[in-house]
Amino acid sequence: MKRSFRRVLPQLLTLAALMALVTLFFPQFLSIDYAGGRLSGPVIDVLKRGAPVALLAVGMTLVIATRGIDLSVGTIMAISGAVAAWALSSGWGAGPAVILAVGAGLVCGLWNGCLVAIVGIQPIVATLILMTSGRGIAQLITEGRILTFDAEPFAWLGSGILLGLPVPVFIWVLTAVGVAALMRRTALGLLVESIGINRSASALAGVNATVLLIAVYMASGLCAALAGIIATADIRGADANNAGLWLELDAILAVVIGGTSLLGGRFSVAASVLGAMIIQTIDTGILLAGFPSEYNLVIKAGLVLMILLIQSPNLVGHWHFLRHSLRRDPDASPRGAKS
Amino acid sequence: MTINPRLYPLLATIGIFIAAYIVCWIQFPYMLSTRVAGNLLTDNAYLGIVAVGMTLVILSGGIDLSVGSVIAFSGVFIAVLLRETGLHPLVVFVLLLGVTTAFGAAMGGVIHVLGMPAFIVTLAGMFLARGASYMLTIDSVPIQHPFYELLKDAYWLMPGKGRLTLIGIVMLLSVAVGAVVAHRTRFGASVFALGGGERTARLMGVRVGATTVGIYAFSGFMAGVSGIVFSIYTGSGYPLATVGTELTAIAAVVIGGTLLTGGAGYVLGTLFGVLTMGLIQTYIVFDGSLSSWWTKIVIGILLLLFILLQRGLVRATAVRA
Repeated sequence: MKRSFRRVLPQLLTLAALMALVTLFFPQFLSIDYAGGRLSGPVIDVLKRGAPVALLAVGMTLVIATRGIDLSVGTIMAISGAVAAWALSSGWGAGPAVILAVGAGLVCGLWNGCLVAIVGIQPIVATLILMTSGRGIAQLITEGRILTFDAEPFAWLGSGILLGLPVPVFIWVLTAVGVAALMRRTALGLLVESIGINRSASALAGVNATVLLIAVYMASGLCAALAGIIATADIRGADANNAGLWLELDAILAVVIGGTSLLGGRFSVAASVLGAMIIQTIDTGILLAGFPSEYNLVIKAGLVLMILLIQSPNLVGHWHFLRHSLRRDPDASPRGAKS
Repeated sequence: MTINPRLYPLLATIGIFIAAYIVCWIQFPYMLSTRVAGNLLTDNAYLGIVAVGMTLVILSGGIDLSVGSVIAFSGVFIAVLLRETGLHPLVVFVLLLGVTTAFGAAMGGVIHVLGMPAFIVTLAGMFLARGASYMLTIDSVPIQHPFYELLKDAYWLMPGKGRLTLIGIVMLLSVAVGAVVAHRTRFGASVFALGGGERTARLMGVRVGATTVGIYAFSGFMAGVSGIVFSIYTGSGYPLATVGTELTAIAAVVIGGTLLTGGAGYVLGTLFGVLTMGLIQTYIVFDGSLSSWWTKIVIGILLLLFILLQRGLVRATAVRA
């Protein structure tokens, strides 16, 4: 427990610092009101709006842990949203619509997984195929229109309230906790990491890497489908062109902020979800603090560069080398050690 | 006579382009006119130029996600500078190319020094360039300059009244320059070596750092040229323009037969990749009844076909060796 807390400490500190910074510019940021059976306030808003990226980040973490990447998640959001809206508008209930949307996400994940694990295409290219053609498929389903629907039970998934909190918050928290528990209470997480570190070695050690890889991409598809359902339910319509557009990049960014290396291996679902919240806090904070939203991307870029510096394998190497040589040479002046 | 197996993807690309053109020609005889051919070059000029830079990056085993944002930045940079100062467009062009080349070089430097994947470094570059163009302006800024009118109307009338515009010529020149750099220079050889594997390249005596910086600087330069061409094409600068062009360019490079793992491919193939994608779009315009989303699906299918073809080739050559 203590170790896993230490793992997410940098992300928690970053988030706390960011929140303090936003509060400086916008003092009401931390205030939460309770009225009409629901909590409301900027923090609740961050939790709700961050739901799609947080969900995508959960799936993306697993994919990146296997040294892969899934560029198609934004498109899968559009496809599953389109499927759900199509099902609702042709008179099916909310239940079948959700099942069909999730099914669509799983099929997309299966397709990606097969291309990566069986055909052996690089993940970035394999998922690029679905990324470019998937929006066409989603538009085929919606026939190029924005499919709107009027179904209260389905819309509840996006804008409903449960125990005073927005429903999307429950969806992403439960998904993250469920996946983290599945990965860490069983050996599954270890196996996923072993594929990311060395696929052939783990296959030789008896890990069924092919099946596991496909399962990981399917998990990513499932998370993307959930995110798509939330996005569709929130606006009560499926927009094949814009649903989830470029969210894959935010999701990858969330995972990287969470400290999971793009080179595969050790991962932390909790840290990735915190990464998603950090991104959302920046987005919301910049708006609330009254900065023009034009600064958003530049701040994001600066943040990524900072994180890259901290994570860089080369710099870590230099650091160890420096410490090592210092220990061997205790007479080295502090000035020399710095340079 | 045996053909080098390395040429297969290039020949397949050219073959598919010719076959597709024949199909179009049978259905719409007018497609085989210099007018359509000229428009094909003009409409895809900016994509072709940026794809040449991307080809070199991919040949080295890297990726550059920043180019779409850099094109948008270029347009905004030119438009705002022309509006605010009395500088001549040519001076602005030189300034811009300096900025984008330095930007690319900086990304290459970060990739090499930090040892981080190109994907995430150029993703940061993408945010930075897009953010910088937002900070310059959030509106679409028209470019009104007599010199621009001159550039826009410059063309060579081909037989059959087709117009080979200046920007079309710039694209063909870029492909030629890219081909010479990639296949006929020491730097190009280093790029291919790097794509084959960094460790082997180092053992061969390739200066990995300098080459990496050079590759991304070249891509930045090409993105700058593409931005100039795009600003001539649209006559304005808009920070939201060319979102996602980097992925279209990557797709064009793959359809052009370049191996995405790096180390094998031809710049000429990229030209045909771009033209094939443009042809699909032209066909859909000619047909009139097909919806635009079919473009995306067909491009996806083509991508898959070429990747499978490459996998097959790699396996076949591996078995032989």
